[in-house]
Amino acid sequence: MSVSAAPPPRASRASRGSFFERLSQSRNGLGLLFMLPAAVFLLCFLTYPLGLGAWLGFTDTMIGRPGIFVGLENYEYLFRDRVFWLSVFNTLFYTAIASILKFALGLWLAIILNENLPFKTFFRAVILLPWVVPTVLSALAFWWIYDSQFSIISWVLMQLGFIDAPINFLGDPWNARFSVIAANVWRGIPFVAISLLAGLQTIPASLHEAAALDGATSWQRFRRITLPLLTPIIAVVMTFSVLFTFTDFQLIYVLTKGGPVNATHLMATLSFQRGIPGGALGEGAAIAVAMVPFLLAAILFSFFGLQRRKWQQGGND
Amino acid sequence: MSKTASEPAGGHLTDDVVGMSHHDTTARRILVVWLPLACFMFVLLFPFYWMAITAVKPNDQLTNYAAHSPFWVVDPTLDHIKYLLFETSYPGWLWNTVIVSVCSTVIALAASVFAAYAIERIRFTGARVTGLLVFLAYLIPPSILFIPLAFIVFQVGIFDSRLALILTYPTFLIPFCTWLLMGYFRSIPFELEESALVDGATRWQILTRVILPLAVPGLISAGIFAFTLAWNEFIYALTFIQSSENKTVPVGVLTELVRGDVYEWGSLMAGALIGSLPVVILYSFFVDYYVSSMTGAVKE
Repeated sequence: MSVSAAPPPRASRASRGSFFERLSQSRNGLGLLFMLPAAVFLLCFLTYPLGLGAWLGFTDTMIGRPGIFVGLENYEYLFRDRVFWLSVFNTLFYTAIASILKFALGLWLAIILNENLPFKTFFRAVILLPWVVPTVLSALAFWWIYDSQFSIISWVLMQLGFIDAPINFLGDPWNARFSVIAANVWRGIPFVAISLLAGLQTIPASLHEAAALDGATSWQRFRRITLPLLTPIIAVVMTFSVLFTFTDFQLIYVLTKGGPVNATHLMATLSFQRGIPGGALGEGAAIAVAMVPFLLAAILFSFFGLQRRKWQQGGND
Repeated sequence: MSKTASEPAGGHLTDDVVGMSHHDTTARRILVVWLPLACFMFVLLFPFYWMAITAVKPNDQLTNYAAHSPFWVVDPTLDHIKYLLFETSYPGWLWNTVIVSVCSTVIALAASVFAAYAIERIRFTGARVTGLLVFLAYLIPPSILFIPLAFIVFQVGIFDSRLALILTYPTFLIPFCTWLLMGYFRSIPFELEESALVDGATRWQILTRVILPLAVPGLISAGIFAFTLAWNEFIYALTFIQSSENKTVPVGVLTELVRGDVYEWGSLMAGALIGSLPVVILYSFFVDYYVSSMTGAVKE
C-alpha cells in the first residue's frame, strides 16, 4: 500500500504539469520499484559476470592469483592452439548434426502425435520424460549403455551376428563423436517435438480439407500448408535448440570429459577444463568469450524469427 | 494475444481430423503412425528401463550376460539402494538439492512476479526494451558465465556453500519466469484492473487481490519449471562446490560415486534413478503446466 503512495523524486516539479505527466512520473517510479529485485539479481549475477568474463579474457588470472592485463595474449595463444581449433570444429559439427537430427526426428514425432490417436495425452506425457530428467543422470545411463565391454547395444548386435567384438563407443574419436550426438539427440527430441506439436495444433484443419478437396497429395499439403505455417515456430524452436546444443557441457563432461584425445571437446568443456581444474581463469574466460559471436548470430536469428511471427499473426508489435 | 486466438482453432481441429482420418486404411495407419511411434517410444524410454533394471540387479548378474538375460532380473535386490542411502552421502546431496532448488525457485518467482507485472502492466518508460532484455538474458547460457561467476562467488566469500547456488541459480530462473509470467499477465483483461483502480485499490492491492489469483496457473507453471531447471543444474554446482557435504545430486553422483576403474553400475544407476524421481513425480502431477510453460516460452 505504501508502494503507490511513495512519491518519485521529481514529483514536485512534475506536479505543475498535466495530470498525465504526473501519472507517468509515478508510473516510472513504481515500475522501477517493482523491477528492483529482479534487476539487482540480474545486474549482479548476470550482467556484471558477463562484463567480468570479457575482462578476464584479457588478463592472465589464475585461481588464487590476481592477474594483470595482457591484451590479446590469450586470444593469440588460442589462435595457435590446435586443441582450441579442434574444439571449435567439434562444437560446430556436434551442433550441426545434432540440430538437424533433432529437427527431422522431432518434426516427424510431432506430426505423428498430431494424428488423432487414442491415449494422446499419455504419449505426450511419456515422450517428454527424457527432457525432464536431469541431463547428468540420464547421461550416466548412456555411459552405461556405451560401456566398452558390457554395452547392451554391442551385446544385442553380437547376438544378432552383426558384429564380432563389442563396439568401442567412447574410445574411438569418431565413434565417440557420434555417440555423444546420439545421446544429445535423444534428450533434445522431446523439446522439439512438443513445441512443434503446439505449433501444428494452431494450423486450422480447414486449410488441409480445402487442399485435399482440390486434389493435393499429403506431401503437397505438408509442403505447401504445414511447413509455411510452421516456419516461424520452427525458427524459434531451432534457435533455442542450436543455442543449447552449442553451449552443451553436461553430456560431454559425463560421457567423455572431452576425450579420446580431445575428439569430443566442445568449447564449453574446454573452457571448463582450462579454467577450473587447469586454474587458468583468464584463458578459460577467453574461450567462453569466443563462443559469443556464434551465440549472437543465433540470438539475432531468433529475434527476427519472433518479429516475423508476430507480423504474421497480425500482432501490433 | 496469440494464445487466445489459437485456442478456438485448436478445439475445432480435433473434430475435423476425425472427419478426415477415417479415409486412411488400417494397414496404412499401422505403418505410418503406430510403427514409428512404437520405435520412438522404445528409444526414448529404453535408457530409463535400463537404469531401473540395473539398479535392482545383483552384482553377479550385472555383467554376466551369458548366464542371465540382460533384459530381465532374476532375484531383484535392494542392496544398491541401501548402499546408496546408508553408506554414502547421497541423502545429504538430495537434501542440498531440495534446499537449493526450493530457495532459488521462491526467490526467482517473487522477483519475477514484480518484474513481469511492472513490464506488462505498469508500462514504465522503456518497459518494452526491458522485456526484450529479459528475453535476451534468458538466452545467455551458464557455460559462458561460470568462470566469472566462480570468481565473484569466491570474492564474496560464499564459495563452497549452498548460498552460492541459491544466489546464482536465479540468474537463469528469473529471465525464464519473467518471460513466462509476462505472457500470463498479458492474457488477464485490463478491465479488471481498471475497475479495481476506480474502486480505489492501490497497485499493491491490484497485484495481490486481482492479478495473482488469476495468474495461479502461470505461477504453478513457472514454479515447477523453475524447480526442474534448478534441480537439473550442473555446471554451477560443479564449479562452486568443493566439499562432499555441500554437493547436489548430479554433482555428487558423478564425482563421488565414480571411483577408479571398477564402476559400481548398480549404485550409480540407483543414484541416477532416485535423483530423477522427484522431478518425474512432480512432472507427472503437472504435465499440462509443463507443456504450457515449455511451449509458452517459445510461443510468446
